Amino acid sequence: MPAARNDRIAALHDALKKRILVLDGAMGTMIQRVKPALMEADFRGERFKDSAKDLKGNNDLLNITRPDVIASIERDYLDAGADIIETNTFASTSIAQADYDLQSVAREMNLAGAKIARATADEYTAKDPSKPRWVAGAIGPTNRTASISPNVNDPGFRNVTFDELKAAYKEETEALVEGGVDILLIETIFDTLNAKAAVLAVEEVFEQMGESLPVMISGTITDQSGRTLSGQTAEAFWNSLRHVKPLSVGFNCALGAAQMRPYIAEVSRVSDVYVSAYPNAGLPNAFGEYDETPDQTAGHLSGWAKEGRVNIVGGCCGTTPGHIRAIAQAVKGLSPRAIPAVPRKMRLSGLEPFALAS
Amino acid sequence: MSDVTDPTSAAPATAVFVNIGERTNVTGSAKFKKLIMSGNYEAALDVARQQVENGAQIIDINMDEAMLDSEAAMARFVNLIASEPDISRVPLMIDSSKWSVIEAGLKCVQGKPIVNSISLKEGEKLFLDQAKKVRRYGAAVVVMAFDEKGQADTLERKVEICTRSYRLLVDKVGFPPEDIIFDPNIFAIATGIDEHNNYAVDFIEATKIIKKTLPHCHISGGVSNISFSFRGNEQVREAMHSVFLYHAIKAGMDMGIVNAGQLAVYEDIPMELRERAEDVILNRRSDATERMLAIAEKYKAGGAEAKGPDLTWRTLPVGERLTHALVHGITDFIDEDTEETRKEIAARGGKPLEVIEGPLMTGMNVVGDLFGSGKMFLPQVVKSARVMKKAVAYLIPFIEEEKAKNPSVQKTNNGKIIMATVKGDVHDIGKNIVGVVLQCNNYEVVDLGVMVPAAKILETAKAENADMIGLSGLITPSLDEMVYVAKEMQREGMKIPLLIGGATTSKVHTAVKIAPGYEEPVVYVLDASRAVGVASSLLSAQQKPDFVAGVKADYEKVRDAHNRAQTQKKRQRLADARANKFKFDWSQYKPERPRVLGLTIFEDYDLAELTRRIDWTPFFQTWELAGKYPEILSDKVVGETARQLYNDAQAMLQRLIGEKWLTAKAVIGIWPANSINDDDIEIYADDKRDKVIATLHGMRQQMVREGTDRANLCLADYIAPKGSGVADYIGGFAVTAGHGTEEKAKEFEKNHDDYASILVKALADRLAEAFAERMHERVRKEFWGYATGETLTNEQLIAEEYRGIRPAPGYPASPDHTEKATLWTLLDAEKNAGITLTDSFAMWPGAAVSGLYFAHPAAKYFGVGKIERDQVEDLAKRKGKSVPEMERWLAPNLNYDT
Repeated sequence: MPAARNDRIAALHDALKKRILVLDGAMGTMIQRVKPALMEADFRGERFKDSAKDLKGNNDLLNITRPDVIASIERDYLDAGADIIETNTFASTSIAQADYDLQSVAREMNLAGAKIARATADEYTAKDPSKPRWVAGAIGPTNRTASISPNVNDPGFRNVTFDELKAAYKEETEALVEGGVDILLIETIFDTLNAKAAVLAVEEVFEQMGESLPVMISGTITDQSGRTLSGQTAEAFWNSLRHVKPLSVGFNCALGAAQMRPYIAEVSRVSDVYVSAYPNAGLPNAFGEYDETPDQTAGHLSGWAKEGRVNIVGGCCGTTPGHIRAIAQAVKGLSPRAIPAVPRKMRLSGLEPFALAS
Repeated sequence: MSDVTDPTSAAPATAVFVNIGERTNVTGSAKFKKLIMSGNYEAALDVARQQVENGAQIIDINMDEAMLDSEAAMARFVNLIASEPDISRVPLMIDSSKWSVIEAGLKCVQGKPIVNSISLKEGEKLFLDQAKKVRRYGAAVVVMAFDEKGQADTLERKVEICTRSYRLLVDKVGFPPEDIIFDPNIFAIATGIDEHNNYAVDFIEATKIIKKTLPHCHISGGVSNISFSFRGNEQVREAMHSVFLYHAIKAGMDMGIVNAGQLAVYEDIPMELRERAEDVILNRRSDATERMLAIAEKYKAGGAEAKGPDLTWRTLPVGERLTHALVHGITDFIDEDTEETRKEIAARGGKPLEVIEGPLMTGMNVVGDLFGSGKMFLPQVVKSARVMKKAVAYLIPFIEEEKAKNPSVQKTNNGKIIMATVKGDVHDIGKNIVGVVLQCNNYEVVDLGVMVPAAKILETAKAENADMIGLSGLITPSLDEMVYVAKEMQREGMKIPLLIGGATTSKVHTAVKIAPGYEEPVVYVLDASRAVGVASSLLSAQQKPDFVAGVKADYEKVRDAHNRAQTQKKRQRLADARANKFKFDWSQYKPERPRVLGLTIFEDYDLAELTRRIDWTPFFQTWELAGKYPEILSDKVVGETARQLYNDAQAMLQRLIGEKWLTAKAVIGIWPANSINDDDIEIYADDKRDKVIATLHGMRQQMVREGTDRANLCLADYIAPKGSGVADYIGGFAVTAGHGTEEKAKEFEKNHDDYASILVKALADRLAEAFAERMHERVRKEFWGYATGETLTNEQLIAEEYRGIRPAPGYPASPDHTEKATLWTLLDAEKNAGITLTDSFAMWPGAAVSGLYFAHPAAKYFGVGKIERDQVEDLAKRKGKSVPEMERWLAPNLNYDT
């Protein structure tokens, strides 16, 4: 591993001990707002001009066809005060790209996405070395689920296997690491089995490299039943994934901060790693738009910070550089959550947690 | 659990034991194998579901069969389980002797499962490779005591292989030791081969050593192997399993693959059989096997019956089947029997409601009669109610449909009763039991819940056109609230009877304080078994006049007797009582300085640790079963019911802990303190003792002690006076095991299961008491540390054979509930333990205990008893409250009328 990355990772661990770090906000929302609006031709560029499928909306493709747009959005977030920016690679697996017949480009999308983020982050670190910036390689959930059947008449059927997921995640991870990310962020996990495949892929890549990067785990509680789409409670979810010894665990997406609060509180209570939270800007209104203001989102997150529940905060769908600026200002100077000592027990899970003391 | 050194917690006398369901195993269950081989996965899922319903906390899945594509079968079955939340809520155990099958299963499990098993059988390299993979799939692992030389069959080999495996896993793979489960091999004994005789002993001894020398690991095993030579004789096998587990669990075995439904209760095994089983298990005599064989035949017949429940009653006519189900509390067939009855009635032009009013009520009347004549007991009646509710729930859609067609049809019942726990009080177990019993007897009960204001009770009674009101309460301020409700009923001119019940209520209080305020009948109901008699007498036109006249005459007598007794109860002046305080030479006293001063907070205490401290006797009292635990389990009259209840409670405890239904929280504090002005205690911020952070106000006994040398006690007597120069200390605590109880109870109620709802509340109460007991012990030994050498059994602890007391505000030694406010400020118990106080100073959640710690060697519990006006006035002045307010709080303790 390059020495520079080692230094950055050491600095990350150091920073987390001292303060609450700020993650960036939504990418999709910002791409929609680009003026003049991006057209099909922007997504295709010269290279994919003959594609048989519509490509507008395949945001990760912009890493290759309009890298300037992605870099510009990332700069907006860095200007707003984000410590960590995510690569624009949420859907850059061969499985997700199959919808566009672009599975063969998945590796390249990751590599390009990582390089853009690396360059912009380094640019800002160079401007102000007292505020280093980090790059998190975003690993999304794909559009398939390993533990839920898409066919109601055959609950035992699956349209993706664990091994297929693992292979796709491995390809993505290798490219992200090669492109220079500091962290791997497995996010928006709505089926824990998908994430277990991602975790296994990541561990295999680490074994090949002979070194490890920090891993962040971020699940999605889909509604106020308090469970993931695949049915697990927050603590059961944590028990399923804690074996990767991640840098952090937390939740993002689907809920606004007000609804996410109890699950962040739960994971903060049961986990012995850092806790991350990046909710949506409220729940969508009747038009599917998010209208929570920066001050409202920042108010919730700084409240959790004051209660000592979080270490890394940011925004998901509907959040903008304005939200990130407000969040960064609101948590500035607040103490990060201290990692609690969790009693040593055999902690298993089904949909619900189970513990047996030694 | 082992965060602090504690000699008693090392003894796992009644350690927690996790049941692993064994029926979803093609090698162990012929039925399951047949279903899988024929591709009937739907029925195979039912097998898994039944196990979870029967209390399996983990289910073992095994597809090792030569004629099966085991990898595919494993993946298919595990995938199907994922779509069944009733099953997939528990962790899975992926069981195979083939690694490829295990891996196929692991790729389909989103939770954290257990792999069963890996071993050193084929050498270190493969073992390490598989262990690393298990770790990456995020699973715990069972390790068999098996190595290159074979399976461990002696104590030495078991320990040697497990130790070697542990070191490899922990040191080379970085496997978390708490995720390692050893299976040191349970082999058949009593086979006729002498070398086999010591197998059980070897397992038990190996368990002890492994648990001691290999930190954090667990021990499991397949229990049924032990009795293999007695196959076909189920009763003998069950006895052997039970006896084996009894000893193995004591040694530290904490998991096991068992059929929980078929495990005999140790105490239930016939003496002779138990003794001989013990002889073979423990290898106590050379002729143990012969002696077991000699009696085995005798138990064989009983064993055949024990295979499954007796279903001969299913051949009875449907009406009798309903009665049988109600009397025995069996819900398995209630839907189909109810449907059959409904159809029969419909065929002759009858209405769905007639199923309830006819056959179901006939059955419930049998239950009522048996209960009334002492042949059934409360837990059984509550189970009957569960059957009744399920039947009614089944009929509701049909009744609704009928109502839509013919709106004039009305359900008939014996009467409608409004029930409520009064304002300021949160305790409702007793009320809920009475409600269930009344419902069983066809009374409609409108339950308003807890903390119900008088206005709400009256308003509902009017709106519902109720036939009577029942009030319940547990803490003393509730008595006053009941007086108020009665007066309000009078003011509003209500005409319906009022029933009074609950732990602190009494016939005397009802007669003297409540009944005079309301012209209509006010009746004290001692317990649930009396409720139906009282209600039916009050609602029967013929019986009512006599019954009411009888109660009135009785209460008149009670009032007279009370008034006469009043004048005889002599009290002395407060000043004189103080002069006769506890005498002690403080100059010779050196209190131990607490090791930890200030607050200690426990956010999520281990419930498993608390189960060992449960005092079961009051649990049986809650269910109106009289007797002391454990003798009650073998009682001639209630023994069978008590055992059944105890088994249900144990099964629920397992789930409650495993699935973490409840969260136990506590805050304790120890502070420098000295007594002042005889009866008060000043608490200081620190050892400098110059900043007072709170003052506790005590109450002193005022009974006349002429002619005896007994003192007039006050709690302040146990703390060194300020002037003595002795640096003394006091402690305080608030503990709860109640967080989560309410949600769980509601969940059960939604499912018409009042039995489970009441059970979970009763268990939460027991756990809270156990928590208080355990905390007191840890304070004595660790946090204060004045009794570090104390070693007492649970029985001695229950009998309070230790130094120091933990009296609670609102109870006899300190009857003033308002002192809790001071304690709450000191502990910040609302923030630190999530326990809030109601207007009447009841704690919420209800399963909570609070109090003060006194360490003085002479400290003992006492009752303040009745006090005089001079003390009330003095106390009011010290507390800065008005005399009438204090009189209201202390009403039950006043030796005069206000």
